[in-house]
Amino acid sequence: MTSLDIGPILEKFPDAKRDSLIPMLQEVQEKFGYLSREAVIQIGDYLKLPTSKIYGVATFYNQFRFQPQGHFHIQVCRGTACHVKGSAAVLDAVRRELKIEPGQTTRDGMFSLEIVACIGACGLAPVICIDGNFHASVTTQKISSILDSYRKAAQE
Amino acid sequence: MKVTIEVNGRPIEAESGEMLLSALRRAGVKVPTLCNMANLTPTGSCRICVVEVEGQRSLVPSCAFPVSAGMKVRTHSPRAVEARKTIIELLLADHPDDCLYCVKHDSCQLADLANELGVRSRRFAGAKSAYALDQSSPSIVRDPSKCILCGKCVRMCEEVQGVAAIDFIGRGSKTKIGTSFDEGLNVSSCINCGQCVNVCPTGALTEQNQIKEVLAALADPNRYVVVQHAPSVSVALGEAFGFPAGTDVDGMMVAALRRLGFQKVFDTGFSADLTIMEEGSELVRRITSGGTLPMMTSCSPGWIKFVETFYPEFIPNLSTCKSPQQMMGAIIKSYFAEREKLDPAKIFSVSIMPCTAKKFEAGRPEMGRHGVPDIDAVLTTRELAQLIRMRGIDAAELKPDTPDTPFGERSSAGKLFGATGGVMEAAVRSAYFLLTGGELSDLVVEPVRGLDGMKKAVLDIDGTKVGVAVVSSLSNAAKLLDAIKAGEHKDVQFIEVMTCPGGCINGGGQPFQQDISTVKARMQCLYTIDTNDKLRVSHKNAEIQRLYEEYLGKPLGERSHHLLHTQYTERKTLL
Repeated sequence: MTSLDIGPILEKFPDAKRDSLIPMLQEVQEKFGYLSREAVIQIGDYLKLPTSKIYGVATFYNQFRFQPQGHFHIQVCRGTACHVKGSAAVLDAVRRELKIEPGQTTRDGMFSLEIVACIGACGLAPVICIDGNFHASVTTQKISSILDSYRKAAQE
Repeated sequence: MKVTIEVNGRPIEAESGEMLLSALRRAGVKVPTLCNMANLTPTGSCRICVVEVEGQRSLVPSCAFPVSAGMKVRTHSPRAVEARKTIIELLLADHPDDCLYCVKHDSCQLADLANELGVRSRRFAGAKSAYALDQSSPSIVRDPSKCILCGKCVRMCEEVQGVAAIDFIGRGSKTKIGTSFDEGLNVSSCINCGQCVNVCPTGALTEQNQIKEVLAALADPNRYVVVQHAPSVSVALGEAFGFPAGTDVDGMMVAALRRLGFQKVFDTGFSADLTIMEEGSELVRRITSGGTLPMMTSCSPGWIKFVETFYPEFIPNLSTCKSPQQMMGAIIKSYFAEREKLDPAKIFSVSIMPCTAKKFEAGRPEMGRHGVPDIDAVLTTRELAQLIRMRGIDAAELKPDTPDTPFGERSSAGKLFGATGGVMEAAVRSAYFLLTGGELSDLVVEPVRGLDGMKKAVLDIDGTKVGVAVVSSLSNAAKLLDAIKAGEHKDVQFIEVMTCPGGCINGGGQPFQQDISTVKARMQCLYTIDTNDKLRVSHKNAEIQRLYEEYLGKPLGERSHHLLHTQYTERKTLL
C-alpha cells in the first residue's frame, strides 16, 4: 500500500494560491494515479479552498479520477473518427459489461475506464487501448472476449 | 460619476460603471432575471436579462454590463423578448414536466417567466436529465433534475454564508450542483440554514417536509399534541395569505393552530425570555468569575453547526444555553408533563419555525431524555401556511385568539429575538436589572437595531462598560471570529450571531420574497410590537418567575443545568 502523504508535493508549491490548484492536482494524480479524499482535503487546507470547489474544478476535466486505477486501465477513444465508426456503442458495451461509468473502477479492482478525446490512431477506428495495447476496429460483440482475455491473463 | 443614458427612448440617471441592470431597476424598468443577486458578483449565467445596446453586435446581459455615458438601451425590443423566450424554452427542454406535483408550483420563477413570456407549447424536446433526489439532510431536499444551474445557491452558500458546501460538478450538459465527492448533504459541511432554498428559483431546493408526521399525530387520539411558534413567524405568515409584508397575524395564527387541533398553543417568546434569564446569568457569571469570553449566543442552530464544523476552537465561547425551541421542548416534556400528569412519551411536541436548521437541531441526540425527543416535529412558516390551507381554514374569517398558559406569556423582548440584534437588546434590558436591580429608562438599544450585518457598541450599564457585537450571516460571523483570532475586538464580551442575513425574519423557512424591503417590513413590525407592548423585559414575565419558583429554582441551578443547557462537539466533515 502506497502512502497517501502528499506533503512532498505540497512542498513544491511554496506560497501557493488558488491558481496553483490544477498543477497540484496533476502532480498528485501523476504520483498516486488518482485523487484521494485525503489528498483533496490536504490541498484544500493548504490553499484555503473548500473541498467542494476543488471537487468541482477536478470534475470539470476528464483527466482527473477519484478512484485508484484498476489492474487494467481501459481507454475508449471518443475522437471524431472513432465516433463516426461507432465508438459510442463500444463505450456503452464496456459500461454494461463492467457495470462502471467512465472514471470508475470495478469493485474487484480489475478494470478502470476512461474516455479519451482522441488517441491518435484514427486509422484503427474505433479503437480502445488497454494498458498501452491497442485494439483496432472494435465492435460491441468483441468487447466481451477482449475483456475475458485480460481476465485470463490476470489469473496466470 | 452620474451619467445619463437612454432607455427605451427615455433618459434615465445612472452611475458610470455600475451594472446596467441595477440602473434599470432603480428607474423602474422591469427586466427579468433568474440568476442575479443584489450585492453579489454578477455571473451572467442565465442570460434572461439580455437587452439591446446600440453599437453592440449581440444582445448583452444587463446584470453584467457596465453603464457608460450616452449609451442607448432597448430592454423590450422584439429581439430581446424573443431571446428571453427562447432561453426559457431551452431551460424547459431539460426540466421535468411535473409542475402539478412540485412544491414550488405557486412560487416558481421559471414557471412565472414562461407564463409572462407566453410559452404555450414545447418547441424543443431535450434529453431530460435524471438525477437522484438527495433526501439525506434532515432540513433540505435537493432535486438536481429541477435545477437550472443559475448558481444562486452556490453563491449564497459561499459568499453570504461562508460555508461553500456545494458547487458546480462536471461540465457541459452533464453539469450539476453537488457537494464534495457528490455525497449526501447530511455528511457535507452544510449547516442547514436553508438560504439556498430561499434563493432557488425552481423546485430544486425545498425544505424536508414534516406535515405528514404532524397530521398523523393530530389524528391519533393517544397523542397529546402541543405546538409552539417562534417570534418571527407571526410577522411573516400573513404574506402567505395576502396580507402586506410587515403585518402581525399573531392572534389569527393562534386561532388557526387551535382550529388545526393542537391541544396547547405556546409562544416560543416565552422560552426566549427563559433564555435571557439563563444566558444573562451565564454572561454575568463568566464576567465575574473569569470564564471564557467573549460569550457567543447559541439560539441559531446553523451558527452552532458552523462553529462545530469550521471554528471548533470557539466552542468554549458558545453559551451552553439551549435555543428557545429546545428550552420550550424540554420544559414541556418535564415541568408541563408533570403538572398535567402526562406521560412525556405521549406528548407530541411541534414547533413552527422560520428555519430549516431547527429541523436538524430537534434531531440532535442530546435534545431529549430517556429516548424521548423534546421536539417531535418542526414545521417552517411555509409549511404552516400549507397546513392552514389544506384544512380549509379561512384566515380572514378567524377571530384572533391568545395562546395558552403557562407558556403563552412572553415579553416583547422575547419577541425581538426574531431580528438581528434582538437577543442582544433583550439581554441588555435584563442584564441592567441583574447588575443594578433597576430598570433602564430607555429600553430601546438603538446601536444594535437595523439590518447591518455587523454592529458593534460599548454599552454603559450603570457604569459597567460592556462591549457587544451583533452579526448576522455567517460570512460576517467568520470575519469577526478571524479578527478575534488575530487579537482584535479585545473589548467585546458578548456576541450575538444569527445565521441568516437580518436574523430569523429572513430565515430559510420563511415565505419566499424577492426583495429586502419585505425583510425590513418584518423587522419594523417586530419593533412596533415592542413599542406598543406592556411587558417589555424578560425578567418581569410573571410565568417565567413562577416557573423558577415552582420548578427550576434559580437560573443556572441544578434543574436548569439538566434541562436548559447543552454541550457541543467538534464535527469532522469535508470542509
